[in-house]
Amino acid sequence: MSESVSLTINGNKYSAVKGTYVLQVARDHGIHIPTLCDHEAIEPYGACRLCIVEVTRGARTRIVTSCLYPVEEGLVVQTDSPRVMKNRKMLLNLLLARCSENHVIQGLAREYGIEQPAFSQEYWEKHDCIVCGLCVRACEQVVGVSAISLVNRGISKEPKPPFLEKAQDCIGCGSCYYVCPTGAVKLEDKNGVRHIYKWKVAFRLKKCSKCGIQWAPEAQLTYIRKKWNLPSDFFEICPNCR
Amino acid sequence: MKDGLSVILKKYGKDKSQLVSILQDIQAEYNYLPREALEKLSKKMDIPQSHVYSMATFFRAFSLNKRGKHIVNVCLGTACHVRGGELILESLERQLGVGRGQTTPDLKFTLESVNCMGCCATGPVVKIGEEYFGHMTNDKVEPMLKKYRE
Repeated sequence: MSESVSLTINGNKYSAVKGTYVLQVARDHGIHIPTLCDHEAIEPYGACRLCIVEVTRGARTRIVTSCLYPVEEGLVVQTDSPRVMKNRKMLLNLLLARCSENHVIQGLAREYGIEQPAFSQEYWEKHDCIVCGLCVRACEQVVGVSAISLVNRGISKEPKPPFLEKAQDCIGCGSCYYVCPTGAVKLEDKNGVRHIYKWKVAFRLKKCSKCGIQWAPEAQLTYIRKKWNLPSDFFEICPNCR
Repeated sequence: MKDGLSVILKKYGKDKSQLVSILQDIQAEYNYLPREALEKLSKKMDIPQSHVYSMATFFRAFSLNKRGKHIVNVCLGTACHVRGGELILESLERQLGVGRGQTTPDLKFTLESVNCMGCCATGPVVKIGEEYFGHMTNDKVEPMLKKYRE
């Protein structure tokens, strides 16, 4: 049996399994904490910082990222204290200055009463990517391919394919597109070809031999077939016709 | 080129945690990280190319471009900065005709800056290869380079 601890979130007592993270426990009890870089299928990373909460242990309080903070006995958590709100607003201001035209960031900022970045206009940028690394982590942890990675560091860090050329190991599954919280990874299926422009790749889509819809990239199906040792005609028909 | 790389790769076997050491060895061998070497390393050690590339671009000590025979390092740490390290750098840029982080077309010199060499008392400091030049002034830049130009 795993050990259970009791903690307080926003004045209410909860019990949770030792070792789980504060964000998870809060969500399990319907307490909303905003996040961008979190995904249930992927290890927490603490990149977007939006999930910050205030934790109290003894006489000291600290701001921590709840997605990476393990619960412990007697922990007191505030998810929307004035200090948390002040810090989260600053984070949103910074994100909005970086992604001044991104609808997701704009919407999130508006929820916190921020219509435009608090910095002078010369610092506004038009990125979509917040460098949370979700695409990279999905490709590594979920797909198991690691076709892309975060390259460079500091202000020039960004998700890119190796050698900044076509991502050779990419199978076109589109997980990066699916998990990207801000729509920075763009994917398009047109004329029987799937394009993921950010990684400079294009994949032919497999046609279902029954209904004729193009239902998945051939490279992805080959990858799955090899991984699970499936017969070569396994993906001849799409899941709907099966 | 192949031999040096094979020796390096053999030395580390399949130990993926040694990636930084391997990259250091490759850079020591070729003076930079050749793309073919990184591709071969990725294949031989079963490390995704993306991981190798990520590591190689993260550390400033690694270079993916060919570097000069002599690496000229100008210290811009606090002590050297207040004593005019920037001026020495500008002077070197003029003399070599390349900017910071660049290599001269004849592959003789690569100009780089560092943020402290730990010998602040002799600042401003310039390091060429393994040789240190302290108390640098603009006048001393040209004579210092002369020895390495041949």
